[in-house]
Amino acid sequence: MSDTSHLHGAEFLKSQTAGLSEPAGSKALGESTERSAKQVREMAATIPQWQDWREAAHRIKRYAVAHLDKLLAEFERNISVRGVTVLYAADAAEANRLVIQIAQEHGVKRVVKSKTMVSEEMELNHALADVGVTALETDLGEYLVQLAGQRPTHIVTPALHLSAEDCGRLFADKLDEPYTAEHKALTDIARRHLREEYLRADMGVSGVNFAVAETGTIAIVENEGNAGLSTSAPPVHVALMGIEKVIPRIEHLPVFLNLLGRSGTGQKLTSYTHLIHGATPGKKMYVIILDNGRTRALADPKTRVALACIRCGSCLNNCPVYRRVGGWAYGWVYPGPIGSIITPQLVGLEKAGKLPFASSLCGACAEACPVKIDIAHQLVYLRHRAAKEPSPVRSMAERLMWKSWAWSMSGPLRYWLTMTAVRIGVRLAKFLPWHPLQLGAWTRGRELPRVPKATFRGNWRHNEK
Amino acid sequence: MIKLTNHSPPVWEYPKYEPGEPVGLFIPCYIDQFFPASGEATVELLRRQNVPVEYPKEQTCCGQPAFNSGYWDEARRVVRHFCDTFEPYRWIVGPSGSCTAMCRVFFEQVDPDPRIVEIGRRVVELTEFLVNVLGVTDTGARYPHKVALHIGCHTRRELGVVDPPMTLLRSIRDLEYHELPNMEECCGFGGTFSVKMAGTSLAMGRTKVENLAKCGADVLVSPDTSCLMHIEGLLRRDPATRHIQTKHLAEILVADE
Ligand code: SF4
Repeated sequence: MSDTSHLHGAEFLKSQTAGLSEPAGSKALGESTERSAKQVREMAATIPQWQDWREAAHRIKRYAVAHLDKLLAEFERNISVRGVTVLYAADAAEANRLVIQIAQEHGVKRVVKSKTMVSEEMELNHALADVGVTALETDLGEYLVQLAGQRPTHIVTPALHLSAEDCGRLFADKLDEPYTAEHKALTDIARRHLREEYLRADMGVSGVNFAVAETGTIAIVENEGNAGLSTSAPPVHVALMGIEKVIPRIEHLPVFLNLLGRSGTGQKLTSYTHLIHGATPGKKMYVIILDNGRTRALADPKTRVALACIRCGSCLNNCPVYRRVGGWAYGWVYPGPIGSIITPQLVGLEKAGKLPFASSLCGACAEACPVKIDIAHQLVYLRHRAAKEPSPVRSMAERLMWKSWAWSMSGPLRYWLTMTAVRIGVRLAKFLPWHPLQLGAWTRGRELPRVPKATFRGNWRHNEK
Repeated sequence: MIKLTNHSPPVWEYPKYEPGEPVGLFIPCYIDQFFPASGEATVELLRRQNVPVEYPKEQTCCGQPAFNSGYWDEARRVVRHFCDTFEPYRWIVGPSGSCTAMCRVFFEQVDPDPRIVEIGRRVVELTEFLVNVLGVTDTGARYPHKVALHIGCHTRRELGVVDPPMTLLRSIRDLEYHELPNMEECCGFGGTFSVKMAGTSLAMGRTKVENLAKCGADVLVSPDTSCLMHIEGLLRRDPATRHIQTKHLAEILVADE
């Protein structure tokens, strides 16, 4: 079990998941996610083998997740023969210690980072800052979020919540640049500031999209060129990956590249795909493989499939709840439907047991998922676990309520009695000045259904006799 | 038993319906109590196709509310009652996609007992039964109104039933079809979600209502009464949308106006 208490994310989770019930996302968030979901759908519709790709990717990932022990050892063997050091970390704290050790060994003062969700799990930037090392995000979205002192709201487009005007103000404020809201001018500013940093940095930190066991290769996809620079310019490169990133063979890679670019942003392929086999001559490279709760997901055969996720962000874009509450409401690194199934497993149901309830179970996530994770089904299963295991939603009162409901729904007479009471209740409700609890939650914005004179079964008895 | 031959999107293989075979009519609890007209239209539609309809009086609920709330042990008790009630029928037909999905897709999660799973797999949603099993494409209805269609998410994604309601709707004479913009997005009902996460549920519902008002329909029909209960509740709250009616699709499939 991983220790996450050091994460202020865990604290954050406690206070923020309450926000799930109220929409806090902007109109812009809703519109842009809808637009991108539509682009992906249209793109997928032009590909006759789309469903076959999804199925293939699903099977490869399921196989990989079931054979992690073998595949990780194979990956380690094949990449370490080329001089790369492979290290394992049981939890975020251990991973941070390893990164800090590497940094200190090489006298690192400045780090450039390309996009890595794992480092968000680790809160790596804070850990480095504590030992006097500055870490700079180089992915444009991450850079903006870092400048603003915020957290990403999306796993692929971290600054989705910021408008061009917001960015202009941010640059004016933090970088002393003249205000502009023009896209090209904004990226030019960011590029100018970031360029120097690659050359000054002593170490680059990156994520890993896929680790190929057979060849000992790591694949990193990106659109901005920053990952290429972060991994090759500084003298040391540290790649961070979760244990689930490994795939068996190099011939499996294309199906994922095809799916990831398309599902993430509607692109046929990301602008850059880096296949890294080892350190650039004269430089050092490390791969840190992190568990951080993943083996907990692995232990339950029903939830294991969540580890197949390739972090494309498509389930977020398609989720009507995410579109309205935004990424922060989920309280931790992974928002949206994938967050609601993975966070409770990584940080524990005790902390995140509420997340699986942040869904109408509409299934738009599962329909969009390029690796066919049955996210909606996972959500209900985790609700079941959250209702049984220690979690913020486990409640004796609710259990009793459902127990009596089950009793009243297990025979026609009891059913009749209960339903008659409900009908009377609904009839009388409009005379009440104030509606308590769930009734109040309903009538806050909706009328109650009209109560008809007779029921279906009453009429049936009457007509069919 | 209905077999799943593909998932995502789901594709089902149905056994053959033998003429004269009685179907067990499954009227979900909220339809029984609050929307009996949907149930009565269902009976009428089936009888017009010469399908003998029997209504087992022991029936109550499919167990979905407890299941979706995570209380599976409690749901299991109700699921078993459902299966005991409907065991004699090879076909179980109901006017609710969401309850059908509970039976056909989710019973096996609550209770892996093969008997339960098998009975769950006999449940068919009404329009699915008419179109996919009986091959009906026209019910002979006439309904001269401006109509929009909403397909509930369980019907759409868990059952993959999108064409049947569409086909039947299009066969109605004098009907003016108005497509709901962004019609695949959830209306925000989601069972207990509607009260547990009321703010978000309402925000989703309001988008649906806005789109409905925008598309110019006077009547919203659906194979899912539970979504309609939520949408109707929102429509009636706002004077600007109070004139828009909601009806189960079955009700207009038997209309002759
Ligand atoms: S769960 Fe599926 S859709 Fe969501 S981010 Fe992961 S791969 Fe993408």
